[in-house]
Amino acid sequence: MSDQEVSRRHFLKVSAIAGGGVMFGFHLLADASPAQHLTDTVFSPNAYVSIDSKGLVTLMSPNPEIGQGVKTALPMILAEELDVPWDKVVIEMAPLDQSKFGAQVAGGSGAIRGRFMPIRNAGATARQMLITAAAQQWGVSESDCYAENAFVIHKPTGRKLGYGQLAAKAAVLPVPTSIVLKDPKDFKIIGTRVHNIDNHKIITGQPLYGIDTRRDGMLFAIVARSPAFGKTLKSFDDTETRKVNGVKNVVQAHNVVAVLATSTWAAKKGRDVLKVVWEDTGKLESSTDHIASFTELLNNKSDKPGRNDGDVDGALANKDYKIVEAVYEVPVLPHANMEPLNFFADVKGDKVELYGPTQVPGNLRGAVAKALNVPLENITLGMPRQGGGFGRKLQTDYGVEAALISQAAKVPVQLLWMREDDMQGDFYRPASMFKYRAALNPTTQEIAAWHFNGAVLAGGSAGKPDGFPAASIANYRADNHGLKTNIQTGPWRAPTSNSVAFADESFLDELAHDMKKDPVALRLELIEKAKSQPVGKGASYDPEKYKSVIDLVTAMSGWGKAKRPNVYQGFAAHFSFNTYVAHVAEVTKMKNGKLRVTKVYSAVNCGRVVNQSGAETQVEGAIIDGLGHALFSKVTFNKGAVEQTNFHTYKFLRMKDAPIEVVVKFVKSDDAPTGLGEPGLPPIAPAVGNAVFAATGIRYRKLPFEFDKV
Amino acid sequence: MATYKISVNDKLLTVDADPDTPMLWVLRDHLNLVGTKFGCGIAQCGACTIHFNGFAMRSCQLPVSAVKDSKITTIEGLSKDGTHPVQKAWSEIDVPQCGYCQSGQIMAASALLKQNPHPSDADIDLAMNNICRCGTHYRIRKAIHLAAEKGVTSK
Repeated sequence: MSDQEVSRRHFLKVSAIAGGGVMFGFHLLADASPAQHLTDTVFSPNAYVSIDSKGLVTLMSPNPEIGQGVKTALPMILAEELDVPWDKVVIEMAPLDQSKFGAQVAGGSGAIRGRFMPIRNAGATARQMLITAAAQQWGVSESDCYAENAFVIHKPTGRKLGYGQLAAKAAVLPVPTSIVLKDPKDFKIIGTRVHNIDNHKIITGQPLYGIDTRRDGMLFAIVARSPAFGKTLKSFDDTETRKVNGVKNVVQAHNVVAVLATSTWAAKKGRDVLKVVWEDTGKLESSTDHIASFTELLNNKSDKPGRNDGDVDGALANKDYKIVEAVYEVPVLPHANMEPLNFFADVKGDKVELYGPTQVPGNLRGAVAKALNVPLENITLGMPRQGGGFGRKLQTDYGVEAALISQAAKVPVQLLWMREDDMQGDFYRPASMFKYRAALNPTTQEIAAWHFNGAVLAGGSAGKPDGFPAASIANYRADNHGLKTNIQTGPWRAPTSNSVAFADESFLDELAHDMKKDPVALRLELIEKAKSQPVGKGASYDPEKYKSVIDLVTAMSGWGKAKRPNVYQGFAAHFSFNTYVAHVAEVTKMKNGKLRVTKVYSAVNCGRVVNQSGAETQVEGAIIDGLGHALFSKVTFNKGAVEQTNFHTYKFLRMKDAPIEVVVKFVKSDDAPTGLGEPGLPPIAPAVGNAVFAATGIRYRKLPFEFDKV
Repeated sequence: MATYKISVNDKLLTVDADPDTPMLWVLRDHLNLVGTKFGCGIAQCGACTIHFNGFAMRSCQLPVSAVKDSKITTIEGLSKDGTHPVQKAWSEIDVPQCGYCQSGQIMAASALLKQNPHPSDADIDLAMNNICRCGTHYRIRKAIHLAAEKGVTSK
C-alpha cells in the first residue's frame, strides 16, 4: 500500500514533464526504430507513456536490459493498465534520468518487484485521463465509460473513441489524484507468454549493443593494464606502438595506457607492442595462500556470531550425540559476460556524452563527474541492450576509464576490453570456505545442533545466518570471517547465495543420509518445526512458501517414486530475493560410464508472474548458468595474476553438458512479484552434487565438481 | 596495408586492411557489419561464427588475406529479414536472453542443418559448442529441432 502512495506522489510530481522531446536525443543511438512518432507527442502524463494523435503508443522501459527481460516485462505492466494491445505499442529504452524514472538499476533482482506498483500506477493514470477526456467530449458520466484495446467505450451507447483521438484533450486535463487499478482477474497481458521484444533485431544481427556503437570521428581504444593485483604503472615506451598502421594516439589514464586507432585490430596490435614497466606496490597474492588462511580462520569462532540459538557447544559436547563434520569450498569466479566490457565516451570540454552497458547508469555518471571534475548535469548517458551483466556492470571502472581516455585524447572513443583484460580486471565472486559441525540425536532422529563457520575473501557475509535451516534447530550458531585481500571482489549473480546454498544444501543431504532419512522428508520436518515452534528470532523465510516449492517439485519429478535404471535424483532448495526455488536434478550414468545432468525440474514461488516466457527463461538460464559454473568454472591467482586468462583455460559449460530438458513451474500466486533473475541459480549446484552422491556414493564438497578429473 | 576484394553476403566488397586482420574486425570495423560478435578472440566462444563457403567458421581466426574467392555469409546475410528457418525457430522458441551470443549460435545452427537436416540430440551436442553465459542451451536445442521440422515441411 505504501508503495502505491509513494509512487502516486512521484507521478504527480513528474506529471508536468513531457516525455517525448527529452528522449529524442538518445533515440537514434538507443534504437533503430523510426523516431518521427515522438515529434508530435500530444499526451504524455508521465515519463513512461506517450500517445500521439495517430494513436501510436510509446512506452518507456526504464531499467537497464542485461538479458533479464525487463525491457519486455516492464512495458507489459504499463500496457496492461493502459489497456492497449501489446502488438500495437512501441517500446523504447529510456535514457538515464532518475528524476523522472526513479532508480534505474539492474541488480538485486529488483526491477519487477520494485516497479510493479509504480508502473501499474503510471499506466492506470494515463488510462483514467483518456476516459475522462472521452466522457467530457460525449458529455456523459465517466462511470459509464471504460477502456479496452486503446479505445474508450461508452457502455450505454457503444460509442467509442481511439486513444489517438483523445490524446490532445487528455493532455490538458489535470492528473487525477486518485486512480483505480485493474482487478488482477481482468489482466490480459500480465501473466501471458510474451517474447523478448528485441528478438527480431537480435536474430538479424542489427546493432543493439554498446560494442556496436559507431560514431563520426570515433577511435577504438584498447588498453594496457596491470598484469597482476599489487602492481602499478611505472613508465611506458610507445615508440613501436606509434609505428603501427592505424594507431593515432597513446594516452595515459590513471593506472592504464590506452592505444587509440582507426580499428580494433590496429589498437590491439599497438597495445601488444607497447613496452610498459609495472612496479610492485602491493602484496602479490596467490589462491593457495587464501585457502591456507581460510583453513586457519575456521579453527576459531568469530567474535560476534551472525546468529546464536540455544547452546551449540553444549550439544556438540553431548556424548550421546553423533557428530558430523564437513568442509565445503568454492572458488573465485569471474563474471565473463559474453559482451566484453566497453564504453563510448565523448568528452568535449566540460560536456560529456556517454553510451554503453551498465547496470548502474546513475552511479556511472556520478563516478565520471567526479573523475573528470565535470558537473553532473553536463553528462548525458544512454543505455544500449547489454550482453550480460551478472554483477560486473554494477562497477563503474570501465566507464570512467573510457571518459578519461576521451578527455586525454580529445576525441570520441569506444573503449573495448580484450577478453584477457576482462579476466584479469574483474571484480570477482569471492572464494569461500565453510566448516560445518552437526550433532545428531540418535534417539529422536533429529539434528540437535548445527554450527556453521564461514570464511570469505574480502568482507561481507559468507553465509545467510537467518536462512534455512535457521529457526528449525534448537542449537544453532553461525560464525563469519572475512579475509582481507587486494584482489577486487564484488557482487556476482545471487551474491553469497551462489556459494552458501551449495554448502548448506549439500550438508543437509549428508545429514539426511546419515540419519537414513529421505532428504526431502528431513527438510519437511525442519520446515514444520520452523513453522510451528520457531527457534529464536524466527527465520528470514516463510516456511509455508518454502514448503510450496518443495511440494510442487517433488510432485513434478516423481521424487522417491519408481526408480529408473541409471537415473539418480538430487534435491536442493534456496530462498533469495524473496523468491523460493526448489530443484530436482537428474543425473544419468551414460553408456560411456560418464555422468550427465540430463534433466532438471524446478518449482518457483515468485509471487505473480508477469511474463510467463521471460520468467521461464530466467529460471532455465539460472539453472544452466549455475550448472556450468558448478561443473567446470574457477579462476586461481598466482602472485596477483589470474591463471585462467581466456576461455581456453577458463571452462564454460557447452551444449554436450547442458541438460536435455529443463522443466520450470511456478506456484500459482496473487502476491506481488518477487525477484527472478538470480534465485534460480543457487540451488542447482547442491541438487547436482546430491544426485551424484545418490548415483555414486561420492560426496563432492568442492566446486567446481570436475567429475571428469576424478 | 593491402586492398582485398571479398564476397560478403553475395556482394563483392573492397577492403583496405593489413593482411593479418581477422575477418571479425574487417566485418565489424571496416564493413560495419556488427552482427558478428567479439567474445574471446581465440576461437573458443563462437560469438564470431560466420559461414565460409557454407561451413561454420570462427571469424576471429580467419585473416582477410586468406579469404580470396571464398564466399562469406554473416548473420546480416543469412536471409532476407530474418526468414531463415533457424531465425524463425529462434523467435518462436524465444531463445535469446541477453542475445549477444545468438548471432553466432544461429550461424552455427544453420550450418549444422545444412549438413545434417535432421540432427539428433547427440549431433547437436557435438556441433553446437558455442558459449552462452545466459544458459539458453535448452531452448537452442528445442529451436534447432523445430527448425529441422519446419525446414522439411516448408519444402
